[in-house]
Amino acid sequence: MKIWTSKTETAAVKKIAADDMMLTKDMPTAAGSKMLDGYLSLLEAEALTRMKNAGYGICGKANVGEFAVDLMGETSCYGVPSADGVLKNAAAEIVQSGEAMAAVGLDVNGSIRRAAAQYGLVSVKPTYGTVSRYGTVPVACSGETVSVTAKNIADCREILDVLAGHDDKDGTSLSEAECEKIRQSAGCGETVRRVAVISEFTEGVDAKTAECLNAAKKALSENGIEVAEISEKTIAAARIAWNILMSAELCNNVSRYDGVKYGYRSADANTIDELYTNSRTEAFGDLLKTAILYGSDTLSTENYMKVYDKALRVRRLVSESFGKLFEQYDAVLMPACSRSAYSEDITASERDIAFTENLYTAPASITGLPTVTAGGVQLIGKAFSENALFEAAKLYE
Amino acid sequence: MRYETVIGLEVHVELATQSKIFCSCHAKYGAGPNEHVCPACCGMPGMLPVVNRRVVDYGMKAGMMLNCTINRTTTFDKKSYYYPDLPCAYQTTQWFAPVAVNGLVEIETSKGKKNIRIKQIHMEEDAGKLVHDISEDTTCVDFNRTSVPLIEIVSQPDLSSAEEVEAYLERLKNLLRYAKVAECAMEHGTMRCDVNLSVRPEGSDKLGVRTEMKNMNSIDAIKRAISYEVARHIDAIENGTEVLVQETRRWDDIKGKSYAMRNKETAGDYRYFPDPNVMPVVIDDAWYQAIEASLPEFPEVKRARYIETLGLGEYDAAQLTKSIAVCECFEDAYAVCKSAKDAANWMLSEVMSILGSRKMTPDSLTLDGKTLGELITLVSAGTVGRSNGKKILAAMFDDPSLSPKEYAERNGMIVSNDTGLIEQVAKEVLAAEEKAVADYRAGKEKALAAILGKCMKQLKGNCNPQVLRELLIAEINKM
Repeated sequence: MKIWTSKTETAAVKKIAADDMMLTKDMPTAAGSKMLDGYLSLLEAEALTRMKNAGYGICGKANVGEFAVDLMGETSCYGVPSADGVLKNAAAEIVQSGEAMAAVGLDVNGSIRRAAAQYGLVSVKPTYGTVSRYGTVPVACSGETVSVTAKNIADCREILDVLAGHDDKDGTSLSEAECEKIRQSAGCGETVRRVAVISEFTEGVDAKTAECLNAAKKALSENGIEVAEISEKTIAAARIAWNILMSAELCNNVSRYDGVKYGYRSADANTIDELYTNSRTEAFGDLLKTAILYGSDTLSTENYMKVYDKALRVRRLVSESFGKLFEQYDAVLMPACSRSAYSEDITASERDIAFTENLYTAPASITGLPTVTAGGVQLIGKAFSENALFEAAKLYE
Repeated sequence: MRYETVIGLEVHVELATQSKIFCSCHAKYGAGPNEHVCPACCGMPGMLPVVNRRVVDYGMKAGMMLNCTINRTTTFDKKSYYYPDLPCAYQTTQWFAPVAVNGLVEIETSKGKKNIRIKQIHMEEDAGKLVHDISEDTTCVDFNRTSVPLIEIVSQPDLSSAEEVEAYLERLKNLLRYAKVAECAMEHGTMRCDVNLSVRPEGSDKLGVRTEMKNMNSIDAIKRAISYEVARHIDAIENGTEVLVQETRRWDDIKGKSYAMRNKETAGDYRYFPDPNVMPVVIDDAWYQAIEASLPEFPEVKRARYIETLGLGEYDAAQLTKSIAVCECFEDAYAVCKSAKDAANWMLSEVMSILGSRKMTPDSLTLDGKTLGELITLVSAGTVGRSNGKKILAAMFDDPSLSPKEYAERNGMIVSNDTGLIEQVAKEVLAAEEKAVADYRAGKEKALAAILGKCMKQLKGNCNPQVLRELLIAEINKM
């Protein structure tokens, strides 16, 4: 099982692992895909530059699943990371072993959160727009966010403080003034007082995940935080809408990998069409091909209004539902995945599991809301409420 | 049966910004292959598009010049297709909320004035260029042009002849050049045109089968293509020579024929969707007003001012206002020489004649108007003779930093006030030209002009012709 895709020496005391979605100039970036195996970027992710400038050392690249859309990394071109019959996650292994104090990666479809939950680590996916996406391999740009995984909340917060802030090179990066405006309009208190648990997300999880959830609820209640069980169907619809938006954007973003300019090129091609088709057929894995076909179909003239546009409307409805919820509650507590571990052959029996397990991660991805995963569960809050979420999650981390 | 032609145009115009639309690479034409590229415009992962605000400025300005409504929130969308000159396999363009909509352009042809409706103007990035002739079995890609900003001006099908198409294109070019947003030179590829054409029985309100000819890059070729297509359509309708289908055709200007493009090149679904990396551009009142305030004087307004305020004739005013480069040179020259008539004369005769002899278009004029004004002043004051003035003008085309006065001094072109010298030359010439003198005395006025010319030649043109003429007559009378 491949944990590191490359390693490098660093004299810095505080070592950071970058996941292989983060572009680096001194190490290749494959994004877990045969298509980009050995690809050396001309640019470096802004997040990594900020880490380096703040005195942290990038010690290597952690293996990821192909374009980070899978469960935990099992679609990597370097093989399925697993041990003792269960799926492993490279970045989480690195953080757990202490080889790096934290991992910085791109949360596309929730794999970072699922791994943090299953390893009992802490991960923060900050509000969309707070950390620059410059220098990350683009997949589902409307929702993917640079995220941090560490052993505890203090380390996670320390890294996020370095990463957060406006970047001119990312048009979706918010200015300090914009951040402040949203912070005020969202009416963010510095503390979480009331937490909602949505029943649609707690049914059907395994015993250990339910245990984590109960432990978190108990810890919150014991500390005077009101915990209410509610039903919210719209937010549960986020998954299907996210699968549409993510696949469509993915299809479009990976269409640049055509065997012409860089990356994998089929040796067996006589025409430009054969070059495109054979290079992509040979280099992309099955899950990615499924997403490409699905995404391409949702954007067709025939389906755009029926499918893609509807997904955009659902995205807005989900945001509105969260907005309404946040009039009464400060945060939403929910699992990050349905089980505490995945068997290594899970994709053989549940082929599309990455598109169903993201039931729990899609709500924060599709809305861009911040979420802190700790103690095996995630806490989703209002925009820019990371500090309040960290404080609350401390109670059960 | 009589037929009428229905034409709609999609005109692509490269905006004259310094840098590209989404990255800071140079947008200028003419560098070596792939010199103006970065990871973003080469389609490498990781760089994000940041909208060049100047492109939006120019897009709005173009919209205002064509009487469009500006969408105060304008958005960018992705258009997907595979082609080796398109590095990301998508083009960022505007599909759902283009910068400008519902415009109107007035054209004038031999049949009079007509309004052409503009459906929309959208901003987008250009594609790269494929180079096939470097080696036999390889095609090379030059990405210098990728992400160079374009606007596409989409007209309604309001045009009905090649003459109208020409007038419309000239009008667009004139307006956009006035606003300084684009060069619009078809010969440089900074203006290209797709022609949508159908034919129907005159008076019918039902449109015929439409064909599209893509990437036309010269007005003459467009005219030839239109007349070919109209004939082909009519032939198909009347004689059933072929079944017309809605398709994209390629115009071969050398063979003078259009060909259906392979279905593969045209069929396809572009799968447009909003680009999540480009935030909607919101044009607030301050921005809108700043652009509005920066609009130039329109050609008609300028023309009227030239006639009413400067006292120029209608023809001269019309000629001058055809090109903003000419207008600017004229206005600068006028500011220095203070005579609109002299400045207009020099522009329309001398300057135009040099442009013509050098095969340059009026739009490519870079002559400094103030320097021209100095030259006009020198000639009007009699300090430099007119024929020497023309020589100085030609020298000014070669050397923009040239000072007419210094040049005249250095090259012995200052009109002499030395009457002694003029007298001496006059006497010498008269002595040598007995026959001409005799002819003049016999009443042939022309003979005097010949004598005068010979004297001028000896004096290298540095003499006031009126002074010389009077002196010659006096001398002849004395003889």
